[in-house]
Amino acid sequence: MRAVTRPLGLACLLLASNPTLADYQLNLAPGVTTTSQNAYDIHQIVMWICVVIGIVVYGVMTYSILTHTKAKKHKPATFDDNLTVEILWTVIPILILIGMAIPATSSLLAMEDTSNSDMSIKVTGYQWKWHYDYVGEDVSFFSNMSTPMEQIKDKETKGENYLLEVDNTIVIPTGKKVRFLFTSNDVIHAWWVPAFGVKKDAIPGYINESWARVEEPGIYRGQCAELCGSNHGFMPIVVEAKSEEDYLAWLGEKKTAQAAANASGNKTWTMDELMSHGETAYNTSCAACHQAGGEGLPGAFPAIKGSAIAVGDIAKHIEIVVKGVEGTGMQAFGPQLNDADLAAIITYERNAWGNNTGDMVQPSDVKAAR
Amino acid sequence: MNAVVEEHHDHDHKPTGLGRWLFSTNHKDIGTMYLWFSFTMFFIGGALALVIRAELFQPGLQIVEPEFFNQLTTLHGLIMVFGVIMPAFVGLANWQLPMMIGAPDMALPRMNNWSFWLLPGAFGLLLASLVMSLMGMGSAPNFGWTFYAPLSTTYGPDSTDYFIFSVHLMGISSVMGAINVIATIMNLRAPGMTYMKMPIFVWTWFITAYLLIAVMPVLAGVVTMMLTDRNFGTSFFDAAGGGDPVMFQHVFWFFGHPEVYIMILPAFGIISSIVPTFSRKPLFGYSSMVYATASIAFLSFIVWAHHMFTTGMPVAGELFFMYATMLIAIPTGVKVFNWISTMWRGALTFETPMLFAIAFIFLFTMGGFTGLMLCIVPADFQYHDTYFVVAHFHYVLVTGAAFSIMAAVYFWLPKWTGNMYDEKLGKLHFWLTCISANVLFFPMHFVGLAGMPRRIPDYALQFAEFNQIATVGAFVFGFSQLIFLYVVIKCVKGGEKATDKVWEGAHGLEFDLPSPAPFHSYTTPPEVK
Repeated sequence: MRAVTRPLGLACLLLASNPTLADYQLNLAPGVTTTSQNAYDIHQIVMWICVVIGIVVYGVMTYSILTHTKAKKHKPATFDDNLTVEILWTVIPILILIGMAIPATSSLLAMEDTSNSDMSIKVTGYQWKWHYDYVGEDVSFFSNMSTPMEQIKDKETKGENYLLEVDNTIVIPTGKKVRFLFTSNDVIHAWWVPAFGVKKDAIPGYINESWARVEEPGIYRGQCAELCGSNHGFMPIVVEAKSEEDYLAWLGEKKTAQAAANASGNKTWTMDELMSHGETAYNTSCAACHQAGGEGLPGAFPAIKGSAIAVGDIAKHIEIVVKGVEGTGMQAFGPQLNDADLAAIITYERNAWGNNTGDMVQPSDVKAAR
Repeated sequence: MNAVVEEHHDHDHKPTGLGRWLFSTNHKDIGTMYLWFSFTMFFIGGALALVIRAELFQPGLQIVEPEFFNQLTTLHGLIMVFGVIMPAFVGLANWQLPMMIGAPDMALPRMNNWSFWLLPGAFGLLLASLVMSLMGMGSAPNFGWTFYAPLSTTYGPDSTDYFIFSVHLMGISSVMGAINVIATIMNLRAPGMTYMKMPIFVWTWFITAYLLIAVMPVLAGVVTMMLTDRNFGTSFFDAAGGGDPVMFQHVFWFFGHPEVYIMILPAFGIISSIVPTFSRKPLFGYSSMVYATASIAFLSFIVWAHHMFTTGMPVAGELFFMYATMLIAIPTGVKVFNWISTMWRGALTFETPMLFAIAFIFLFTMGGFTGLMLCIVPADFQYHDTYFVVAHFHYVLVTGAAFSIMAAVYFWLPKWTGNMYDEKLGKLHFWLTCISANVLFFPMHFVGLAGMPRRIPDYALQFAEFNQIATVGAFVFGFSQLIFLYVVIKCVKGGEKATDKVWEGAHGLEFDLPSPAPFHSYTTPPEVK
């Protein structure tokens, strides 16, 4: 008995002593789109029907438990059949179910209608980040979780949007029907923004669709909802809805920035530039598996610190990063990153954590290896 | 010479020592082994769950790495489904079916031995992968108990092949067990026991056995396709080779949904035996119980894709699977109403088995309600793969299936051992278990609706409170089961002698036998009128 009460008391203390955390959301939120509103409405209908049935059924049962007891000298009846009630409790549930199916069907049909959209964004799941491609706009980018490892490891105070923050937010215009196209580069992921009521699997070899029309400007957060490997819990989604004007300004900026980044591949970089850019890019694209200190995760992801590849032949190292290793978790980063990023990462890997090879890899080397 | 004479007088011919268990063809000994195996696995799978809950006690990573977390959730699920619930039901079937139908033993005793002894091998393989993972030699299966491709094929760890072999062994074991159940029920019923006179537990197992034979080969098929994808260059589930990852889910859930009913139909049978006993009143609506069970079994084959609403199937498909799933509420409702009508105007007493049975009716119905909510496609998009689903299936599997198994153990233990269990401790076990299970699982509804995905090792700050509460519940639940273990051991060792009838309101052939029941149950078939 003591073994049971002790942790209980301890836990009560912990709960009581935690005033910073005070968010007891109990129910689904209505969200900001007609789809999420539909989901919320049907959820409320069905839940309350269940609550009412529950009260009736549990009520009858509780009454029987309290009254029809041997302790109260209740004489047991002997009946074991009654056709009328059996028909009743088959027919009434059927009617209730029909009552639920009608609104469910009409909401579903509205939700699945992706026609007449104003724009499309292609969403591709990667282990463990999202790639967004504004179809026809020449804007595409990766979106990685930006919560620092120190917060996850309890070494720093956790921020307000802990685990639900990214480096590159996707922006959509308000009032427009935005169609999302989902696919995956590796395993199955699921793109879920609760406030939109959109949850769709991103499946390799498939293109799934969904849509959202957001009227309220704001920042909306979600997460991957399908187990996709070790960092499944760390691939959030952040969508910012802006007025059309602001959206177009953002799109213009994004285009300019992307053109500049592509141009950076044509110049020759210094060692310092490569190392500092390399550290950032490595932490974004590589550290999830190989870890910030390059030590990898034994048994799952190899170390780069002191590895034969990172201190050996440069060409082999470039090839692995650019083309990946088939049949392993090592993705081909060639299609994901530009020449400058790749050159900086490879240089960084060859010189950080005591891998002091002194080698420098230029964007032109990467381009030649593609 | 003396020894020979003595052995001659021992009608049981009970072998002794290790051989009694290794070579046993006796339904009771095999049933006992199944139940102890299940109990052992319950503690192993439970320990894994406690590590999971400890990690989720607060945001941030404190105890395990995400990679290992995924191995924990995977093995917890596989062990609880294949290592705890299913073997426990087979154990109960072994003990009870021959006694309930008036037979000396199961129809195929040697196969019975083999189907049990495959299990330790199967789980030895699976657990070996966890041990190797703890020793730093690669990862144990880490793709969830549903092992979706391509995460489990192209991206699976080396131990996936152990997993595949292990699933094959479990499958063979289950199919042989099921064949045995069917052969026993068809051939060994006492004279006069027509099908519509069989106890409901026998009926539910009869139907469950057909489900097993129908779907375990499908599971074997899907893991074999994984095996060839991984090792022999096929591309069943690899999109890059023209394969289809969604087909994996169709095949898996064609097995998986009937599997859900394999884990609950025998529970219905148990509850239908216990409720009338402690209500001192016959079961209400016997024939509608049988038909409801059969309808649920049939429907279980046409609802599998309700697990896959977010995969992007056509609207017509979504509608079909939604409507079909809604239908399951009808026969399930009939069962619940029948149990309540059985209690209605009875003379109830509340011994431990009855307490567990009543808790089952309350809490399984909770799981039924959330199940109905989950089948509503527009709402399911919000629930899918969140803790709402985790809450749902733990209500049906823990407070449903597992509670029914505990009820059954308390109900029949006096018949098996000849001793009454310690009622006080049994009730203590019940109340701790029942309350802590709700503290553990009820808050999961809330975090799920608030948007917490399942299978994540770390979560956003707004989910912290309910996760803390759930973890507290989990530890109380886990440690309460040690009381159960103690009660069972104490009862096996001795205690107040049980009468042959055990319970005042007991009915059925097993209660006509002496307590403890003789080694060969009914050597002469009783006459059933």
